[in-house]
Amino acid sequence: MTTEVVKEKIRTFIQGYIQVPELKDDEDYFASRLVNSMFAMQLVLFVEKEFAVQVESEDLEISNFNSVNSISGLVARKNGVGHS
Amino acid sequence: MMNQISSVQSAQTCAHKPASDNAIKCVVWDLDNTLWHGVLSEDSKVTLRRNMPEIIKSLDRRGILQSIASKNDHDLAMAKLEEFGLDEYFLYPQINWDPKSSAVAAIAQAINIGIDTLAFIDDQPFEREEVKFSQPAVRCIDATQIDDLLEMPELQPRFITKDSEIRRRMYQSDIRRNGVENQFSGTKEEFLATLGMSFKMAPAGEEDLKRAEELTVRTHQLNTTGYTYSYQELDFFRTSPNHKLLVASLDDKYGTYGKIGLTLLECNQEAWTIKLLLMSCRVMSRGVGSIMINYLRLETRNKGLRLLAEIIPNERNRMMYITYKFAQFKEIEKQGDLVILENDQSQIQDYPDYVKVEISS
Repeated sequence: MTTEVVKEKIRTFIQGYIQVPELKDDEDYFASRLVNSMFAMQLVLFVEKEFAVQVESEDLEISNFNSVNSISGLVARKNGVGHS
Repeated sequence: MMNQISSVQSAQTCAHKPASDNAIKCVVWDLDNTLWHGVLSEDSKVTLRRNMPEIIKSLDRRGILQSIASKNDHDLAMAKLEEFGLDEYFLYPQINWDPKSSAVAAIAQAINIGIDTLAFIDDQPFEREEVKFSQPAVRCIDATQIDDLLEMPELQPRFITKDSEIRRRMYQSDIRRNGVENQFSGTKEEFLATLGMSFKMAPAGEEDLKRAEELTVRTHQLNTTGYTYSYQELDFFRTSPNHKLLVASLDDKYGTYGKIGLTLLECNQEAWTIKLLLMSCRVMSRGVGSIMINYLRLETRNKGLRLLAEIIPNERNRMMYITYKFAQFKEIEKQGDLVILENDQSQIQDYPDYVKVEISS
């Protein structure tokens, strides 16, 4: 899966939940809104299921989930890419 | 340390505790020769069994839900129930020609309660046997026992709270809400904005304690520590100068959700510690937990206090762990299974503008 495909899947998922007219990849959609528990949980489960990674307690930081870029970065790190 | 929840489905359904006692949460009625005398398809002038309206209304007031499993024409049977003024008392009536074991299973699933909390009342031994065979956990009751029904211990809840009295109506509001949500084409957030939600939180009064105990006993998936507290313990915290016990309720344009959230705080000169934060699974997509947490963050920051939270993470309350982490809590200490989190209060959002928030503590 290319990074662009990963990002497109993330965008589609996010846009089903929250209203962001044109979601930019670096846009922090949590900066201006409270996260509801259901959405937070669904987001974590989506990442685990869609990209076959296991999100551990230490990964559960909002900074890993607050933009398209940060989620795709997390996915890349969990899959062992992105490190030299 | 945290186990995975295997599917998205687990987040959507609220797993229920196995019934710890024999309490029956839903009574499923047959119609012909059970609820009424006679067979509707043969005689349109069937008459209600003696005391039937009183029995149905008493169960309803106790917070016991009711449904129907009847082999009949759906529209005719519902019209007859309406004529008797009883149609509104039944959730998800199953009036069709399918086996009654399928009907009871469908009802348990639709209401989202364990099938072992259902009772099924029918005059026909064949139907009771059929249900018993496929669904052995369902309590099958012969229609001849109806006169003693209200005295059965399984149908005597420990407490009857304000929320018990309106339980059936809350389910009916949920059915309407869910229908609208399923048809809604916008985002989840846009849907929430259409609800006209009003959130209130205040210190628990004595009259709230029964419901508070019920919440700690009924809720485990959305309970941060898994602790349950008795009425007496909660009453102690309610009046303790070192604790705050806050109860939250939610309403929207479809009706009330009742008392749906609870938090217990230990307060000292330096910090507030969230000992317990829980919410009813019916509101987990409504952002209620986040509003409670946001209030505590704002309040402690204004008072110049630290905000700590205790959690015992397990596979069932992962949603609460995530809620804390996404609300800027960080792990600072572990004591065995118990994890202590501390909040970073530097960036705190406003409440969503689509919820009216009224809080006093």
